[in-house]
Amino acid sequence: MSKYTEDDLREELKTKEYEYGFYTDIESDTFPIGLNEDIVKAISLKKGEPQWMTDWRLEAFKAWKEMIEPEWANVSYVKPDFQGISYYSAPNSKPKYDSLDEVDPELLATFAKLGISLDEQKKLSGVAMDVVVDSVSVATTFKKTLGEKGIIFCSISEAIKEYPELVKKYIGSVVPQRDNFYAALNSAVFSDGSFCYIPKGVRCPMELSTYFRINQAGTGQFERTLVIADEGSYVSYLEGCTAPSRDENQLHAAVVELIALDNAEIKYSTVQNWYPGNAEGKGGVYNFVTKRGICEKNAKISWTQVETGSAITWKYPSCILKGDNSVGEFYSIAVTNNFQQADTGTKMIHLGKNTKSTIISKGISAGKSQNSYRGLVKISPNADNARNFSQCDSLLMGNDCGAHTFPYIEAKNKTAKIEHEATTSKIGEDQIFYCNQRGISTEKAIALIVNGFSKDVLNKLPMEFAVEAKKLLEISLEGSVG
Amino acid sequence: MLKIKNLHASIDDNGVLKSILKGINLEIKAGEVHAIMGPNGSGKSTLASVVAGKEEFEVTKGTVLFNDEDIEDLAAEERAHKGIFLSFQYPVEIPGVSVTNFMKTAINETRKAKGLEEMPAKEMLKLIREKSELLEIDRKFLSRSLNEGFSGGEKKRNEIFQMAMLEPKLAILDETDSGLDIDALRIVANGVNKLKSKDNAVLVITHYQRLLEYIVPDFVHVLLDGRIVKSGGKELAHELEEKGYDWIKEEVNA
Repeated sequence: MSKYTEDDLREELKTKEYEYGFYTDIESDTFPIGLNEDIVKAISLKKGEPQWMTDWRLEAFKAWKEMIEPEWANVSYVKPDFQGISYYSAPNSKPKYDSLDEVDPELLATFAKLGISLDEQKKLSGVAMDVVVDSVSVATTFKKTLGEKGIIFCSISEAIKEYPELVKKYIGSVVPQRDNFYAALNSAVFSDGSFCYIPKGVRCPMELSTYFRINQAGTGQFERTLVIADEGSYVSYLEGCTAPSRDENQLHAAVVELIALDNAEIKYSTVQNWYPGNAEGKGGVYNFVTKRGICEKNAKISWTQVETGSAITWKYPSCILKGDNSVGEFYSIAVTNNFQQADTGTKMIHLGKNTKSTIISKGISAGKSQNSYRGLVKISPNADNARNFSQCDSLLMGNDCGAHTFPYIEAKNKTAKIEHEATTSKIGEDQIFYCNQRGISTEKAIALIVNGFSKDVLNKLPMEFAVEAKKLLEISLEGSVG
Repeated sequence: MLKIKNLHASIDDNGVLKSILKGINLEIKAGEVHAIMGPNGSGKSTLASVVAGKEEFEVTKGTVLFNDEDIEDLAAEERAHKGIFLSFQYPVEIPGVSVTNFMKTAINETRKAKGLEEMPAKEMLKLIREKSELLEIDRKFLSRSLNEGFSGGEKKRNEIFQMAMLEPKLAILDETDSGLDIDALRIVANGVNKLKSKDNAVLVITHYQRLLEYIVPDFVHVLLDGRIVKSGGKELAHELEEKGYDWIKEEVNA
């Protein structure tokens, strides 16, 4: 029998464990592994979906079968075995809860550990939450308040049943089933997600918030989110994620579609903190996400993201600026440490006249990680007077990491004004010493410098989210300077 | 307060240890103001960095005692917590971090190290107001990113502002006068003088006697090639201003 030695202990202490690395033992209802038409049908049946939805999924599955996994991103990994994954898993409790008392206490304990106690959220922050645990919504709060304004905020499964007209009209309208490999996969097998509709002229009185969580070994998570802001409405939507630590890779392929009708505004903020793998690069979440929004006349969509987790990130929240005078914004902080790889950025597609877009991307690389910004600014022939400003800054820590910038610009209209600025800097020993001399430890100094570097983006986050994001930046970079 | 005994320090110059300080002896008592003068490359800034704990330099011999404690094994931040402050010759920029935020972090980290609670926001604001007035600093200045786009004079004034905020026991001013016009020099010196007490000490490092007109030293030391070769009263500074360093070099070599 091998003995647990002091060396083992040291080794164990050296690898900073993932902060939220715990696992909740909730009885789960999990499908057998593998993917075929029957599985797709079974998912649809399980969720009690109408025929049109089943057909839509099957159409997506057909398209997916013919597609190949993209390889153009600046990341390398062992491709997931799509037949080795279970495509459905739901907490095995009652289908719906009327109150929190009915929720599995262990689940509530998990939330408490994450600092997202529903009670607290309900009472103090005024945030309505649609909590997604392993793909099925188990609690929706503040629904009543929202209901009075005619706002719909529910799980997508519920929306498919209760508001089929809206879902039918808009699902796949921004990200079509065959858009890309992962989007097609998601369209076929999505298990749940959130749906939000803001009626004409309504300003959503609170930040809408969803916490995602992957919680079952070997199950992929395929979330589908659809946000519709009707004419002249406004909504701010928060999405935050943590996942338990796991050795095997977990696949996540979400699709988010935003529709901002005339004069509407959608602010979509994400904090992503999925398990990034350990210090040796083992494990971690594969995060292949398709996020896109469409702006009609005078509409505005802002994407703000703080990406600190996942082993592989492949994500480009984009805006189609279809309507005249519409505005698209993308503010991003992407942190990679150890062996993490991120290829993230945005696409701003200018179709309408006088359309404007702003891109601010802050990449922070530490350890042996690779961090890439990839962005497309496209000005179509009819988009007179389109304007774009892009700024991509990279901050390096140490000598073994990489920062890359891949900006693509396609301008087909002579009136376009496009600006691109990029900088790369390294945290200097002089900066650290300066902080040290003022009584600030190296760890804290790095947090301070990184927060300063990311300020332009942190400022775009809603207050309570910004605090969380700052903490996350510190946790993510702990131990990254020796 | 500060006792430096036979201090030798080197820097790694592409794998070769280059000796810079070659046996410094210096004692500074509470309530005193010392000045170190000397030509470029004599080791003035190195001495300041070594006392502050910059790791780039290796102490090969000798000791540095601060309040009778050997500080060789203390990290730079621990020395700062004990009350050593260095006003940098070239203050670094930290983009996106405001002067206020930086000071808040520095003060609270120091308090934390001493087992104290964070300073209440109200108290912090009061302190900031008081000290910024002392140095005639515009409030708008405090919300700007630390040293980013600051003029030479603003940077130095900001250093002394930080010193005023942190209230150190020993303040080392490394060429604080360089880059200052006469008005700024007066404000900075005035600030230093107001903060002076019988319980703290100041070590002024400078090329010129100019600053010493305002911050009057009790002792003046001449640093030459890593050694203190001559010490005297404030009149020594005048003599150096008049005659340069050559006569001392000759005296040493004789």
